[in-house]
Amino acid sequence: MSLALAVLRRLAGTAVTLLVTSFLVYSSLYLAPGDPVSFLVRGRSPSPAELASIRRQFGFDQPFLLRYWHWLDAVLHGDFGRSYLFHQSVGAVIWSRLPSSLLLVAVATVLIAVVGIGAGALGALRRGTRTDGAVLLLVTVGAAVPSFAAAIVLRSVLGVKLGWFPTIGNGSGLLDRLRHVVLPAIALSVTFMALVTRVTRSAMLDQLGREHVEVALSRGTPRFAVLRRHVFRNALGPIVTVSGLLVSGMLVSTAIVETAFGMSGIGSLLVQCVDELDFQVVQALVLLVVAAFVVVNTLVDLVYPLIDPRVARRAGGVR
Amino acid sequence: MSTATVRVGVGRMVRRLGGHGWLFRVCLGVLVVFVAVALLAPWLAPQDPTVGDFADTMAGPSAQHWLGTDQGGHDTFSALLEGARTSLLGPLGVVAFSSVGGIAVGLFSGWRGGRVDAVISRVLDVLFAFPSLLLAILAVALFGKGLGAPVLAMAVAYLPYTARLVRGLTAQEKTRPYIAAYLVQGHAPAYVAVRGLLPNIAATVLAQSTVNFGYALLDLAALSFLGLGVQPPTPDWGAMINRAQSAVLAGQPLSAVVPVMAVVVAVLAFNVVGERLGERGTR
Repeated sequence: MSLALAVLRRLAGTAVTLLVTSFLVYSSLYLAPGDPVSFLVRGRSPSPAELASIRRQFGFDQPFLLRYWHWLDAVLHGDFGRSYLFHQSVGAVIWSRLPSSLLLVAVATVLIAVVGIGAGALGALRRGTRTDGAVLLLVTVGAAVPSFAAAIVLRSVLGVKLGWFPTIGNGSGLLDRLRHVVLPAIALSVTFMALVTRVTRSAMLDQLGREHVEVALSRGTPRFAVLRRHVFRNALGPIVTVSGLLVSGMLVSTAIVETAFGMSGIGSLLVQCVDELDFQVVQALVLLVVAAFVVVNTLVDLVYPLIDPRVARRAGGVR
Repeated sequence: MSTATVRVGVGRMVRRLGGHGWLFRVCLGVLVVFVAVALLAPWLAPQDPTVGDFADTMAGPSAQHWLGTDQGGHDTFSALLEGARTSLLGPLGVVAFSSVGGIAVGLFSGWRGGRVDAVISRVLDVLFAFPSLLLAILAVALFGKGLGAPVLAMAVAYLPYTARLVRGLTAQEKTRPYIAAYLVQGHAPAYVAVRGLLPNIAATVLAQSTVNFGYALLDLAALSFLGLGVQPPTPDWGAMINRAQSAVLAGQPLSAVVPVMAVVVAVLAFNVVGERLGERGTR
């Protein structure tokens, strides 16, 4: 019962956060210099009918909060406005580019999970050895390698010099798409891999030093079982906690990676629409990334008690 | 934490990283060199990096062009030196604004505690949802390309990190006897917070600001790489990488690799120095 209450409380908190962030994203339009209508149609020569439809869509004769409410209502129904660059609805523009970005993020996520957790665990288990030193060095360097740097090096060496991978575009067909996505996914994952490795290593070191691990080992429980059941399971909490940061960070970084590899996706769309003054698409994409962060963080908080039942008991007991 | 445990901790770090001491010193030296280059760039640069020689594009290293030229015939070595100015000035702005703002918000929040603290913490939580690069891109969409708006936007994005750190440290430090002693002597709370408490947490805050500097440099370089930050002909590392992409595809990656290395080395140095300062600060 109290757990259900904690879940409800958390969901309410999420709703408030989403409301506040959406309000901030919406009102950012009014920070722009000049009048919002002329700001939205900058660099284009709209017909009087189009201007009238913009005024109607935004309801510029209404009070600010009411305008926000109408906008929010439309957004919740999937209507993000109109792209003046593509002459389509913003939703359709984003929707057509979302799959390729999701493929990129998914491949990068697999890389981050496998390499990050693997290297972190390796470092923790071989603590103080040369292997651990190498892991630590990679973490320090990896955290300083931005995705555009990784993109330039990968593209130059594996793409242009060796010709193993295509250097531009998305490709067509499943296999070709995967071949096109390998280098961008590596470039996208480097920084985040370093983060996950560091978190995994320190979380596992923390668990390895605990008494219950020593007790389990001294009672003759097989080492692998102890590692899986006691060390890794308890270390999973801190690792999962950074996933909100990972998701929003990767979505933003698709802008860099997709631009670097000349791919089509929501990242390159964001850059293009900033470049060509299509503000409503920019606004929708910003909202999307921020919402993804908030939602993933909520999911993490809701899943956390399943990983670590002590959290659920604490949440239920104290509050 | 007693000095003994600190010594053990540092000793372990030294063994682990093959001498954390020398790494720290090398990185500090790198930062000093970078700052010196940025200050002296106009006198150090052998050529004007804004003037391209179209008869000599994508050249390899030579006596005339130490690091070759890019596809526009600009001297890469000179652009690297002059680019240090904008590449370091932007992050300096971000760190200055975010540190001052973060310290003010964190000190106030941690000192007051209670409801004010809870409300400020919620607001900071909301700000955490906006990645710094995304906020910078939004600022460009609203105010146009360049450095000004993105620097301010990123200061807002970095502020919560400093504010949260300062808030935690302040709440902890406030319970110490010397604070009570100051207050009993009749000093105003604002005076005690700024003159009494702040100096004692300054080292840790400085460490955070140093790490932030590295990440801000990285974000601003990314922004210029996307063509949304510093605009040519102003030399800037991110903008250099952006322009050098066609040279990379043509198999002459040197004009891209040079600024990439500069960014990576700078960020690495700021991270290492910042983290080491942080270890000292927690003593």
